[in-house]
Amino acid sequence: MHTLDTRLKRQNLLDILFRSITRLSAFAVLALLIGIIITLIIGSIPAIQAFGFGFLTSSEWNPVTEQFGALVPIFGTVATATIALLIAIPVSFGIALFLTELSPQWLRRPLGIAIELLAGIPSIIYGMWGLFVFVPLFAEHVEPWINEHLGTLPLISPLFTGPNMGISVLAAGIILAIMVIPFIASVMRDVFDVVPSLLKESAYGLGATTWEVMYQVVLPYTKIGVVGGIMLGLGRALGETMAVTFIIGNAHRLSASLLEPGNSISSALANEFTEAVGDLYTSALIELGLILFFITFVVLSIARFMLFKLAQREGRGA
Amino acid sequence: MFSLYARRRFINGLSLTISVLAMAFGLFWLGWILWTLLMQGLPGMNASIFTQTTPPPGSRGGLGNAIWGSLMMTSLATLIGTPIGILAGTYLAEFGQRGWLAPATRFINDILLSAPSIVIGLFVYEVYVVKVGHFAGWGGTLALSIIVIPVVIRTTENMLRLIPNTLREAAAALGTPQWKVISFVTLRAARAGILTGILLAVARISGETAPLLFTALNNQFWSSDMNQPMANLPVVIFQFAMSPYDDWRSLAWAGALLITFSVLTLNILARVMFRQKANTY
Amino acid sequence: MNAEQTVTPKLIVKNLNFYYGADRALKDINLTIPEKMVTAFIGPSGCGKSTLLRTFNRMYQLYPKQRAEGEILLDGQNLLDKKQDLNKLRAKIGMVFQKPTPFPMSIYDNIAFGVKLYENLSSRDMAERVEWALKKAALWNEVKDKLKQSGTGLSGGQQQRLCIARAIAVKPQVLLLDEPTSALDPISTAHIEKLVDELKKEFTIVIVTHNMQQAARVSDFTAYMYLGDLIEFGDTSTVFTNPKRKETEDYITGRFG
Repeated sequence: MHTLDTRLKRQNLLDILFRSITRLSAFAVLALLIGIIITLIIGSIPAIQAFGFGFLTSSEWNPVTEQFGALVPIFGTVATATIALLIAIPVSFGIALFLTELSPQWLRRPLGIAIELLAGIPSIIYGMWGLFVFVPLFAEHVEPWINEHLGTLPLISPLFTGPNMGISVLAAGIILAIMVIPFIASVMRDVFDVVPSLLKESAYGLGATTWEVMYQVVLPYTKIGVVGGIMLGLGRALGETMAVTFIIGNAHRLSASLLEPGNSISSALANEFTEAVGDLYTSALIELGLILFFITFVVLSIARFMLFKLAQREGRGA
Repeated sequence: MFSLYARRRFINGLSLTISVLAMAFGLFWLGWILWTLLMQGLPGMNASIFTQTTPPPGSRGGLGNAIWGSLMMTSLATLIGTPIGILAGTYLAEFGQRGWLAPATRFINDILLSAPSIVIGLFVYEVYVVKVGHFAGWGGTLALSIIVIPVVIRTTENMLRLIPNTLREAAAALGTPQWKVISFVTLRAARAGILTGILLAVARISGETAPLLFTALNNQFWSSDMNQPMANLPVVIFQFAMSPYDDWRSLAWAGALLITFSVLTLNILARVMFRQKANTY
Repeated sequence: MNAEQTVTPKLIVKNLNFYYGADRALKDINLTIPEKMVTAFIGPSGCGKSTLLRTFNRMYQLYPKQRAEGEILLDGQNLLDKKQDLNKLRAKIGMVFQKPTPFPMSIYDNIAFGVKLYENLSSRDMAERVEWALKKAALWNEVKDKLKQSGTGLSGGQQQRLCIARAIAVKPQVLLLDEPTSALDPISTAHIEKLVDELKKEFTIVIVTHNMQQAARVSDFTAYMYLGDLIEFGDTSTVFTNPKRKETEDYITGRFG
């Protein structure tokens, strides 16, 4: 009996040890995030001291005179992400609608997997494919049309006049859209799947069409989750590096036209960071990284919060 | 009455057509990209891709050193990231009912899951590359393992939550200590699902380029020294694709084909495995 | 209730109250479980019969908001005492659940798993113990050629007998059965009931069931519970043929429940 007691005591110790190790690992995740934030802040201090708030509003980016401002990359990041979402939201909704309501049962799984595979393709492949295949076609066939038709319209004409070189903010936004479509579409599909079939059936029972069921029953029911999915896609689009770097042109020039090349935060980092000389240059780039991290942090927090709300409502069995 | 009905039918038909088109739109890009990769990449595919190192412009060569470097960094990053991820995921699922740590970790983990990978590269550059004074394979490994951890945490937690509580109770009813319940019963019951998550994490980091740019950088030579800059497929593809030389570009396409099909194979494998798991348990 | 004089008490429950957060699920339960007999808890769902069973091995401690007050004496020792070692307690009191819960490992390992927690057996002794437990659970003949196969591959009835074998392999004194046949077909149920009859020669058995015929068939004593109260307790034939309380009679004759 004595040996059994020591044995049980050892097990108790092992229990405590095991619990502590898992706890420590969970804590490591927190520490990682805090570490990232602190590191970025420390790295940005020289730039923050040199430029202050002017960093956010200046479009100057001159390594020779060591004058740096973040306006151009911030604008490029926001513009490409916006274009991407404008295209991706309706397409993703269509795909999710197809996968949940229209597709024959036997096609659902393979098509769902195909969309998820699209999400699995590494972003550098999108970038490369975009640069060599998409951009030339875009320059030859699409941009002249845009210049001719949209570029002559009042009000929006400045957005759509520019050189027909293909490399541009608009092209980067379109490639980005193709990249985020699978993310948004699979969240939407998952969210639509949680709608109780009784709810849909009772709407169908009233004689509603598929579209009416989707738009007037399913969509309001899942609104928070859908927005959460969109924000998740936005987070991806804002932080995406390689696909944009190949196509946006990396020009530090502020222009209203979406057909002009521009720059985004992540592609400025990818292109310039290893070649940056001087502390101030490096520090300015790190501050760009900090800004990017901050923006995506906010967007992703909102996304998670909304998806969490939906899950909570589900849990209550609403 | 009839016209209202006709209008509803029309709107329905129109929107459903658009939905089909959207689906076709998504598949169209997938098909086009894969087609381009095959057309451009296959001609460059031959044995020397695996056996020779990356050449200077104008001469022939392969991607052997880059493939080797990618394999090394990917497997080491998986080896480092997976245990931490499984342990932390276990904490969230099995011990996380009380206190603030679990909800906070869950939230932060979700953020890290979709955080821009280039920022992770910056972080590793600042805390590792600057400290040791040069780019190195360990830096790349570190950055990749930071990407692995949240993916593994997420799947581990989800899979453990699928295990019915009665299984835990049954083990506890025998007087099993908790660490044994978890490691021999619940984690074991969830292993297929967790393995799926690990495969997806490997797929994810095999194509990651941005975090390697400032950490492992690149190396022209065949090297297994993790303390030196290390060649890897994504960065080589990036540099070669952006170059003006035709030889380099065709190597980049071959590399792109290789990487895409490895990643897609891993993805499909993971899904097939998970499906089998769903059938047996 | 002359039976009570001829039996030894194994578990004595005194003024037991149980709470799920603020909800009181058991109200002042007093009850004596006799040794090497089968005691059945019956009553409509939500009456607290499973809750009562789960206090005997303190299973409720897995969940933060559940707690028990009062005393449960096992051979005179209060097992609700904070100082009582949980693992030791559970070595003495085994449990089998509503649904079969084979562990994700081989049939052999399923049974050896519990034994290894308390005893260092040589591999020959262990093989003997596994065989002993499987024979007790009337499963040996069906699985002796496939001990290395996964326990999850057995049929539902076999899985449940595997779980019984796993519980008795530890050689507990008390066996708690929480609706052990509710997920099984009639043939497997008959198997298990026959088994219970065999096992009571060596173990004290407490069984929760929603099936009154089952209680009548297998048990020596029956407790009828309703809304957290113990309404009536006595030897099974008395409770079923000549209940003292009107509520019990109503439930048993099917006028309610």
